[in-house]
Amino acid sequence: MKGNEAIAEAAIRAGLNFYAGYPITPATEILEYLARHLPVRGGVFVQAASEIEAINMVYGAAAGGARAMTSSSGPGMSLKMECISYIALAELPCVIVDIMRGGPGLGDIQPAQSDYFQIVKGGGHGDYRLIVLAPSTVQEAYDLTFESFLLADRWRIPVIILGDGALGQVKEGVDLYDKAPVLFEKPWALSGAKGRKPNKIVPFNLEALELEKMNLALQNKYRAIEAQEVRFENVNINSKTKLIVVAYGTCGRIAKSIIKMAVEKGLDIGLIRLISLWPFPHNEIRYLARNFPSTKFLVVEMSAGQMVEDVRLSVSDDTRVSFFGRMGGVVPAPEEILREIERKGLC
Amino acid sequence: MLKEKKILSRPEILTGAFTFCAGCNHGTINKLIAESIESLGLREKVIAVIGVGCCSTMYNFWDTDAIVVPHGRAQAVATGLKRVHPDKIVFTYQGDGDLAGIGMHEAIHTPNRGENITTFFINNGIYGMTGGQGAPTTLLGAKTTTTPLGRVASEGVPIRMCELLETLSAPVFIQRVALFSPAETMKARKAIEKALKCQVEGRGFSFVEFLSNCPTNWKMTPLESLEYVRKMSDYFPLKVFREPQ
Ligand SMILES: Cc1ncc(C[n+]2csc(CCOP(=O)(O)OP(=O)(O)O)c2C)c(N)n1
Ligand code: SF4
Repeated sequence: MKGNEAIAEAAIRAGLNFYAGYPITPATEILEYLARHLPVRGGVFVQAASEIEAINMVYGAAAGGARAMTSSSGPGMSLKMECISYIALAELPCVIVDIMRGGPGLGDIQPAQSDYFQIVKGGGHGDYRLIVLAPSTVQEAYDLTFESFLLADRWRIPVIILGDGALGQVKEGVDLYDKAPVLFEKPWALSGAKGRKPNKIVPFNLEALELEKMNLALQNKYRAIEAQEVRFENVNINSKTKLIVVAYGTCGRIAKSIIKMAVEKGLDIGLIRLISLWPFPHNEIRYLARNFPSTKFLVVEMSAGQMVEDVRLSVSDDTRVSFFGRMGGVVPAPEEILREIERKGLC
Repeated sequence: MLKEKKILSRPEILTGAFTFCAGCNHGTINKLIAESIESLGLREKVIAVIGVGCCSTMYNFWDTDAIVVPHGRAQAVATGLKRVHPDKIVFTYQGDGDLAGIGMHEAIHTPNRGENITTFFINNGIYGMTGGQGAPTTLLGAKTTTTPLGRVASEGVPIRMCELLETLSAPVFIQRVALFSPAETMKARKAIEKALKCQVEGRGFSFVEFLSNCPTNWKMTPLESLEYVRKMSDYFPLKVFREPQ
């Protein structure tokens, strides 16, 4: 099963009621899979005429209390940003899948991680955050997508599944375990004010003090999410580890194979593979940096260096943080990264 | 006389004071829609999808479920809502900048899908909320803050939305109305009811365009502004473009 198909299947099993999307490589299989499977399994599928339309349909469906999702890639994600900002302030749950490709501009259709800034730091206007989950295998894409609907409902926040073209297109076996989705009561949803007071979803306030209050409420929620939803995987990290590679998604997967090769070469390399990009494991990286003061960090991304800024912030000593990246849709080979480690004498 | 009195009474759906300028037709249109919803007994089924413009504050005085949405996207949001609540009554309320400018994409595709929603389109030939800039519907020759010498064709010939939608086969109800006289106002009220009935009966997309005024930005008295709306109706003919047989 392709990564994209696993994501679509997980969404259906998580109780997806509504999906709208627009074709774009390398994310299109999600749209096509749901066109085939969602209507016959009780959900609504709409092919929108643009990504703007798609995300606004999701805004409506989510406001109506449905489990709603859209998916896209680079240029399409850029178009969705205004509405994502509205959904964030409206505090509605939804899931958005971004299968990243090479940018900027029309770029290409090869795997990349060049949209970390856009997705993790904002992209739309205003002070908002999104839960961002970055699977590195098809199984993990399935697991995280299933769970993302629960997180979205629990926190009333859009959750982004951030993959890349490699994850979307690769075929792997997946355990499609049967698990009943946990559903939430949504007393705030729009459904006609019958026997209750009207519900209103109003993502604006023209009074500065009132809008500040809405912002403060959002920020409080974000602090709670930061305290509870950080996810990452540590591999081979102990007091002897000389170098910790930090990576996510496809690069996280490549980095795992480096660890194996390094053990064979007798090098002490560990890995932090990030699963949640927001909330970011700042505290955990800070802890490692303080407790292992001679350990260095190497951030590997398919970008010019975006997540590395967050790692530098956590380590608080730029001399200990190096970066290796490829751009434009080039996926780095493990040997290439290992050569870089040896060349720079990082280990 | 009795009929006129009814127009001026305030439907129960509307609570609190309007925030529209004095003499603005937005207030009357709100009342007419609210009255129609009440007389069709739809109050507990309604979800109002409110565009960005002078109407954005409408949620304050509508005692129904409501959502405020990105500029131009009301019909996409309404699509999402209606598809997950097919038994509810979903209407959009949008200005001419909202629908015929930034929202033209949705304004064509939503009717073309035959979505079973109702769109109320308030065409006052200007961007009211942002202080009187030219709109896609501004009449040629009209002065606005962005057409200080009077609008010329190279700035865009005013778009007739009803006529544009008439080229699509899917919409089931299209009518243009105005409020410059009691007789026209009564026609507007009937058009709203017919449009909502189309939705109740599950027929498909219904559209009512209101020629409206903006005394504030047109820099006219309310009375002068209604005369100008009458002039607009030479270019934007008041008629039923389509209705179910
Ligand atoms: C994306 C975006 N662009 C611009 C604006 C600013 N804006 C707010 S209202 C408005 C014009 C509304 O005019 P119209 O739809 O004609 O409604 P009216 O106020 O005249 O009733 C604009 C341009 C915005 N809110 N969002
Ligand atoms: S600015 Fe114009 S359209 Fe807006 S409320 Fe005032 S008169 Fe009405």
